Amino acid sequence: MGSYLVQRFLLLIPTFIGVTLIGFLVMHLAPGDPAELRAAGGLGGAREGAISRNKQGSVDEALSQWRKQYGLDRPIPIQYAIWLSNLATLNFGESFKDNQSVWLKISERIPVTVKLNLLSLLLVYAIAIPLGIYSATHPNSLGDQVTTLIAFVLFAVPLIWAATMAIVFICGGDFLYLFPPAGLESLEYSSNWPLWRKFKDQTWHLFLPVVMLSYDGFAGLSRYMRASMLDVMGQDFVQMARAKGLAERVVVFKHVVRNSLIPQVTILASILPGLIGGSIIIETIFSIPGLGQLGYESVLARDYPTVMALFTVSALLTLLGILISDLLLAVVDPRIAFGRRQQ
Amino acid sequence: MTPRSANIPVATTADENSLAVSESPGGLWSDVRRRFRRNAIALVGFYVVCFLTCVALFADFLANDKPYYLEYHGKVYFPILRSYLVGMRLANWPTELLNVNFKKLEGAKGIFPPNPYRPSNINLLEPLESPSSKHWFGTDKLGRDVASGMIHGSRISLSIGFVAVGIAVIIGVILGAIAGYFGSWVDLVISRLFEIMLSIPTFFLLITVAALLPPSIFLTMAIIGMTSWVGMARFTRNEFLRIRSLDYVTAAIALGVSDRKVMFKHILPNALAPVIVSVVLGIAGAILVESSLSFLGIGVPAELVTWGSILHEASTTTFAWWLAVFPGFAIFITVLAYYLVGEGLREVLDPRLRGLR
Repeated sequence: MGSYLVQRFLLLIPTFIGVTLIGFLVMHLAPGDPAELRAAGGLGGAREGAISRNKQGSVDEALSQWRKQYGLDRPIPIQYAIWLSNLATLNFGESFKDNQSVWLKISERIPVTVKLNLLSLLLVYAIAIPLGIYSATHPNSLGDQVTTLIAFVLFAVPLIWAATMAIVFICGGDFLYLFPPAGLESLEYSSNWPLWRKFKDQTWHLFLPVVMLSYDGFAGLSRYMRASMLDVMGQDFVQMARAKGLAERVVVFKHVVRNSLIPQVTILASILPGLIGGSIIIETIFSIPGLGQLGYESVLARDYPTVMALFTVSALLTLLGILISDLLLAVVDPRIAFGRRQQ
Repeated sequence: MTPRSANIPVATTADENSLAVSESPGGLWSDVRRRFRRNAIALVGFYVVCFLTCVALFADFLANDKPYYLEYHGKVYFPILRSYLVGMRLANWPTELLNVNFKKLEGAKGIFPPNPYRPSNINLLEPLESPSSKHWFGTDKLGRDVASGMIHGSRISLSIGFVAVGIAVIIGVILGAIAGYFGSWVDLVISRLFEIMLSIPTFFLLITVAALLPPSIFLTMAIIGMTSWVGMARFTRNEFLRIRSLDYVTAAIALGVSDRKVMFKHILPNALAPVIVSVVLGIAGAILVESSLSFLGIGVPAELVTWGSILHEASTTTFAWWLAVFPGFAIFITVLAYYLVGEGLREVLDPRLRGLR
């Protein structure tokens, strides 16, 4: 197990370098270097020509100063090395927009997005697994067909449509007012409310975003669970368990479910990037101050250091998710760690 | 140590052959067509896809501010057809029809398309009108007809879907083929590349690139294509890995056939099934991504009306429910139709599911 862990961890290093390299190159693909972008940000988005002639000299001076300060006058490989070494100390530089420390901006938003995504993951698994079990134990029954159909349709519902419909029809506006259209807490929210009231207010605000983030995940997962259950049910040891007279309930929950949960753990890794993409849309629509909203705003403002930092942080979170799901897999199914070592 | 097909008794192969011949005289694809036709739901999806493609192809004839046929000052014109010729620089507008509003020509008789608006027709006198017989799906903030915007928007969605997936297929199939065919360290390196692409927050990368570059449909197509090939590459790799160890490939290599010919002439046709399924599903995915991008106002030029951009307007003017319901439903139906076709094809093409129904 220990050597498997080390091996898996080492394999992540080239992946991480590749991911950050791609992010780094993408940022350099942008027209104009970061110093010019920063100048544009600092001067209120002024473009060439908009700056009067006599100021052009001082702008050029500032540009060359910034280039030196950020090491932009050096070759790209060295810039990348500098950036990587800064990463080790979580030094992502300062935002072009407001000169705040990027890490500070990000770190205060991480809890919001992580809470949102963890809740949706929980919801996904809590609904999808039982549904999958039901479908697989009643294959081709009416209930199975209905859940399959619903899952299929939900899978095709675009997130932007679902969220917009919710905003238009059930979040105030001209129709129903069941849920708040924006934010994480009410305006009058205060920390000395009783616990129950705080909880109620937060749940009320989180409900729609979490449901929106989860529905397509649980549609996919319930189908995977069903397929995986049916796969396991066809195997010899299940027939054996039935043949020796175990109750159906024991066969299903002790033998089949346990074995078919194994592949579902790996799905975790593939749901994560989708959740991050979804957070951008959901946090923008519902005005939730998380990483997704920050990312969208920074991209629009061309806030180079913040975008790069967010890219890295979300890639790291995804890699962490892959690592955790691989380790969970090794815990649930010892054959995996064992097999790798033998090779 | 994979069991070779030579171990299979000859009688079985002969049996299979005779069975195959009696069941499908026209080979794999006629067999696929027949099985696909039996799947009613997938067939519905297929018809919807055909319908949407027709709408996109004939958008100019369904929603246009020019008439099909025009009688003006005793002369007969076909303005819509003429606009194609003008677009190709084969003809010019006659001076009396240059930059005119065809609906306000005096003494003219014309037959207009069912929806007599172009999505670019701004009418500030009719902003945010709810659906009526005049504007089927209402109008937006600038008084542009939503139905017309959706009809022409289907062109953008479908063309981005097709081109993006085309790019993804080319990258994915070539990389997957190389990885699966050559194996060993080549496979190891390319598989690392797959892992990198899988752990990249694709959507974030997409909006970053799209926002940094000047807005353009073609760039958006290219970017979506370049970020969505991983699935296809993995399918292709696995198929190539499997087929490469078959006897006929060994025989081809032994005969001295070049690597490229073995890969693309002998293996690829047999590895196409999973690729085709992922192409169909990929179109749906690309359409979803495109609509999300234009919803966020990134990638596609701001003056272009797309399904996503109409939806975005709905999220800010929340009383205008028609801006939310119709374009979103269009995306939903399109994506669902492609999913249905893709699932139907998977059932038909996947040999493991054969005989289950």
